[in-house]
Amino acid sequence: MGSYIFNRFCYMLISIVLMSVVAFIIIQLPPGDYLSSYIMQLQASGERVDPAQVESLRRQYGLDLPMYQRYFVWVKNMLRGDFGRSFDWNMPVRTLIASRIPMTVAVSLVTMLFTYLVAIPFGIYSAVKQYSIVDYIVTVLGFVGLAMPNFLLALFLMIFFQRVFGFSPGGLFSPEYLNAPWSFARFVDMLKHLPVPIIVIGASGMASLMRVMRSSLLDEIKMKYVTNARAKGLKERVLLFRYPVRVALNPILSSIGWMFPQILSGATITAIVLNLPTVGALMYRALLSQDMYLAGTCVLFLTVFTLVGTFISDILLVCADPRIRFD
Amino acid sequence: MTKQADVIQKEEKYYVATQWQLMRQKFVKHKLAMAGLVVLALLYTLGIFSDFFATQDYQKRNTRYINAPPQRIRFIDADGHFHLRPFVYGLTQEMDPETWRRTYVEDTSVIQPIRFFVRTDTYKFWGLFDANIRFMGVDEGPFFLFGTDGSGRDLFSRVMYATRISLTVGLVGVFLSFVLGCVFGGISGYYGGKIDMVIQRVIEFLLSIPTIPLWMALAAALPKDWETIQIYFAITIILSMVGWCSLARVVRGKLLEVKQKDFVIAAKLAGANDWQIITRHLLPSFMSYLIVSITLAIPNMIIGETALSFLGIGLRPPVVSWGVLLQDAQNVRTINLHPWLLIPAVFVVVAVLSFNFLGDGLRDAADPYK
Repeated sequence: MGSYIFNRFCYMLISIVLMSVVAFIIIQLPPGDYLSSYIMQLQASGERVDPAQVESLRRQYGLDLPMYQRYFVWVKNMLRGDFGRSFDWNMPVRTLIASRIPMTVAVSLVTMLFTYLVAIPFGIYSAVKQYSIVDYIVTVLGFVGLAMPNFLLALFLMIFFQRVFGFSPGGLFSPEYLNAPWSFARFVDMLKHLPVPIIVIGASGMASLMRVMRSSLLDEIKMKYVTNARAKGLKERVLLFRYPVRVALNPILSSIGWMFPQILSGATITAIVLNLPTVGALMYRALLSQDMYLAGTCVLFLTVFTLVGTFISDILLVCADPRIRFD
Repeated sequence: MTKQADVIQKEEKYYVATQWQLMRQKFVKHKLAMAGLVVLALLYTLGIFSDFFATQDYQKRNTRYINAPPQRIRFIDADGHFHLRPFVYGLTQEMDPETWRRTYVEDTSVIQPIRFFVRTDTYKFWGLFDANIRFMGVDEGPFFLFGTDGSGRDLFSRVMYATRISLTVGLVGVFLSFVLGCVFGGISGYYGGKIDMVIQRVIEFLLSIPTIPLWMALAAALPKDWETIQIYFAITIILSMVGWCSLARVVRGKLLEVKQKDFVIAAKLAGANDWQIITRHLLPSFMSYLIVSITLAIPNMIIGETALSFLGIGLRPPVVSWGVLLQDAQNVRTINLHPWLLIPAVFVVVAVLSFNFLGDGLRDAADPYK
């Protein structure tokens, strides 16, 4: 057990290092370095460019060094907490990202919880009552959830909410609470805005989980031991939840690993359409304005978040089912 | 012939049928999958011959008809007379005196019968040779089956061209992932050992990255001055960078399964080399599973391309794809005013659903002995 966790941890660290290389490449991809764009921006706004300041920035980010050395300078700065500067916002990248981390984590985790809480019961129900009306509805909704791209679902729900309830679910807060300090009213306002993003982000994951749950439980129900237990007079409900459901839950539990990247992925695009204050939306703006330090750091953060999440879920999984680590 | 003989003959047919025949029989029984296949065949026909099915040049700006709503195809006119040939009414523009908004009303005095295989202005078919026949058209006046966009371009024609682009992005991307998946999955599964270990770790790493942020970052980094065709291929390459992983896993898993089978050992003993064993004996034995994975990978590619283009970092105008068209429908206000701009979304959903149904049917058919 200990050695498994250690191996898994080392593997996560290697992945993070690899990802930092990818993020660095992304930062370096656009033509021209970040300083020249910064200078151009200063000149465009009519400010005088101080050569000494340019020189010091150049040294700070190691822009006169060859590529591989620049990578190490970048990593070293990052470990010290300096993620570079966003010249679009004219702020350190660190402050920008830090202000959006709580919301990103909260939205992803709540979505994840919601996905499992909905998918498992409906999956069980549609397996037990196979070919019932609910089963058909669940199947159809599942297919729609799979086929509907996140951003389209977001658009449709936005229109629906506006037409039916007369309020626009864009953002996480109504305008009057946007910059207000935390209060109960603000919290209630946020709760009102949460359902749409959660449904949108969770839809496709929920659809596939429901199908997995349904098919694995269907396989399990046909087993001889179920018939045997039923013949011995065990109550249907007790029988169902004590044996087949527990076995059928295994593939669901091991799905946590790939649910994380999927939810983060979906959250990114949904956040852009619904204008949520998360890292994903920040990254989109950064990409559009070629604000590469910010964009690269966002990619890095989103991936590291996924890697850590997957690591934790793997550990929990091993605790829950000791057989899994030998897979 | 007696009934019994009939049954026996049927059974015999089952036992002498080849694997592919069994698969086809099982597939044909899957109704949703067949429906998916038919719809996809239709969509691909529209895409391949989009120049012919479009009613006009997809970039032509009809400045007199900006944001015109779709015209309805009718058989019965305002007086209640039935016309065998479908027709559309003419459109007249009206200006709301207060809001200055343009509205369009059907002009019931003008009846424009729809003619098929009409001669129109010359266009380049597939960009190669001149043609001047289109599938549908009217003699004169406006003909906008899906309405027009903010520049007065005919949405129907644009959707036709977009179908071509969006559907082929999926195919080209899947072809790339197929090649990569087969090569890496094949190496990994066939040789095993250290190479297998490394390739598996790389795949796990790639699968743990959230795809959309990575795609976005890579797509946004494409140089702005690239030709549209370069962008097109770059986007498909970006999309297939993650797509090959799951294919490689299928290939590896199946290879490990069949590697130990007697017929492979027999081939080895008979002196066949690695290449012969892989291509002659291993690949055919799990080809069906590969086809299933490919079919299920295409819709993901289509969604990926649509999402990127919708956000403005995928394909760029003048190339039209479903995602590019949906860019016009980005906010609720526009959609409330011009709901027909969402028509491309219907195509996306229908195409993706059809691919999913088709993949489902193929998966059932891939294992015909079950």
